[in-house]
Amino acid sequence: MSIVTKLALAAGLATALSTAAFAQDISGKVIGFSQIGSESGWRAAETSVTRQEAEARGVDLKFADAQQKQENQIKAIRGFIAQGVDAILVAPVVATGWDEVLAEAKEAEIPVVLLDRGVDASEDLYMTAVMSDQVLEGRVAGEWLVNTVGTEECKVVELQGTVGSSPAISRKQGFEEAIAGHDNISIIRSQTGDFTRSKGKEVMEGFIKAENGGADICAVYAHNDDMAVGAIQAIKDAGLKPGTDILVVSIDAVPDIFTAIAAGEANATVELTPNMAGPAFDALGAYWANGTEPEKFIITESKLYTAEDDPAGEYERRKGLGY
Amino acid sequence: MMRRFLSALASPQVIALVGVLLINWLLFPNFFRITWQDGRLFGSVIDVLNRGAPVAILAIGMVGVIATKGVDLSVGAVMAMAGAVAATMVVAGYPAPVAVAAALTVGLLCGLWNGFLVAVLDIQPIVATLVLMVAGRGIAQLITEGFIVTFNDPLLIFIGTGSFLGLPMAAVIAICLLILVTLLVRRTALGLFIEAVGVNRAAASLAGIRSRMLLFLVYGLSGLCAAIAGIIVAGDIRGADANNAGLWLELDAILAVVIGGTSLLGGRFSVPLAVVGAIIIQAMNTGILVSGFPPEFNLIVKAALIFLVLIIQSPMASRLVPTRLMTREGSK
Repeated sequence: MSIVTKLALAAGLATALSTAAFAQDISGKVIGFSQIGSESGWRAAETSVTRQEAEARGVDLKFADAQQKQENQIKAIRGFIAQGVDAILVAPVVATGWDEVLAEAKEAEIPVVLLDRGVDASEDLYMTAVMSDQVLEGRVAGEWLVNTVGTEECKVVELQGTVGSSPAISRKQGFEEAIAGHDNISIIRSQTGDFTRSKGKEVMEGFIKAENGGADICAVYAHNDDMAVGAIQAIKDAGLKPGTDILVVSIDAVPDIFTAIAAGEANATVELTPNMAGPAFDALGAYWANGTEPEKFIITESKLYTAEDDPAGEYERRKGLGY
Repeated sequence: MMRRFLSALASPQVIALVGVLLINWLLFPNFFRITWQDGRLFGSVIDVLNRGAPVAILAIGMVGVIATKGVDLSVGAVMAMAGAVAATMVVAGYPAPVAVAAALTVGLLCGLWNGFLVAVLDIQPIVATLVLMVAGRGIAQLITEGFIVTFNDPLLIFIGTGSFLGLPMAAVIAICLLILVTLLVRRTALGLFIEAVGVNRAAASLAGIRSRMLLFLVYGLSGLCAAIAGIIVAGDIRGADANNAGLWLELDAILAVVIGGTSLLGGRFSVPLAVVGAIIIQAMNTGILVSGFPPEFNLIVKAALIFLVLIIQSPMASRLVPTRLMTREGSK
């Protein structure tokens, strides 16, 4: 019911806007978007940003929520092909099993853009993939710490994401790459906080006890902001000042971390942008304007935010996006 | 009385707990160091009590259900719902006591719903409670609209992170519940009734026990306990995280009950030992955190320790130790 209403709304809005017609090659195009679902705040934000980006460009966005199921996504894509859309955006729920349906889209000469995740299929079956570089995210966080502590001795504790998950592996790797060669910085403890606030808090409590009441810890690096928010509470409970006694750096840039940065309790976060659709629309626009084939992988920016980047304003800008 | 106390101390669960604590102490010599800070106790052992409290509270509710040969898989989802209700209500401007009462009511109603499915519709407990396990988390997500609802209400935060007489509030609540429920089942005939229904519901009914009423009661208590745990967990992180609050904790609670020597076939249970079971689980978790193992080993270490604990309390092991004190404590 809600999807139908949303679809009708989106379609109605987009038609109204497309008559206002931007002088752009993408304006008025019909683009199907098969979204995974809304399993996380980031995913919800991605959906709302995609809608905003489509609206701003006068794109008629057909939205399909797959509710975490690949068969729903395949059905949605076949539906888009049958409707004869101009392009298809897919945020693939899994990496495998896409060859057949992507070949059907190719046969219908509909360009497909992958958002946020890649697939194990021949590269000529899709036009491009817009993704963040998770290793880079870790590296940006690490470089911030390297620049902040300078030559001082700094012992870091790390709150990892879910063991074996690709963001956890890549963000750990990137951070380690950034601090390699800086012997004053070392990771003394690393445990998983499962990407959640409560586990982040519990693990940080353990770290503080294990490291001389927290006195030996110079910084905490969390693979996502939620764990950092939990860690901040643990640091406070131990009678220390987060952001001052223990530096806090994390990844994602969700609204709540900006509240913490504004209060001086967190120091930096690296953005995993929910705007994957903007670059995708730009690539499609350029392709339709003059046939420019985009790069096979478009890497989004991993922007660093600190207290100097108007954290209160960033919070306001993000809080309505559905995080 | 003294004899019973001593025999409880010699139970395999307590021996296992001491063993786990000793391992922690060997891995991390400061494990037992407790300091006084900001008006409360501070140390790893206190962390074990504080972090173990939610599962202990779930186990207190779960033990009654399992004693009737049932199981309540929905407690994790009920936690998420209760936290979501409490958080969204205080954010909407309701006074905290009202929000807490509403959350507890939701938990109780969820428990009674499970009781209805099991007692009246005769659905097998594992299936009946599975319904709410799946639906409950969805309802919690609907209540929070997918956000982590954060709040600054002093009462809710106190329930999650405050302290009383230097002890964490969560642990105080768990201890109070433990005493209350233990007295309720062991100083009245209630415990016997529960065991009777667990052994043979038809026979118990024929003997004059209102087994349907009793099932409503144990499932209702389980739901209520889950709601209490849910409020604690939400207060702890100052927010209701519908996706993750209480996730998989039903399994930890069942494990705690089983470690506590309660039979999954019903008819034999011990509330205090279930709480000891929960503390054993948390002592392992905290031990892993302070010992510095890489996270890839977490589950293996935990599994190995649980395996050891279960061996210690297996019937085989208690036959090797000839004292009668080791066995049947739970039955009366």
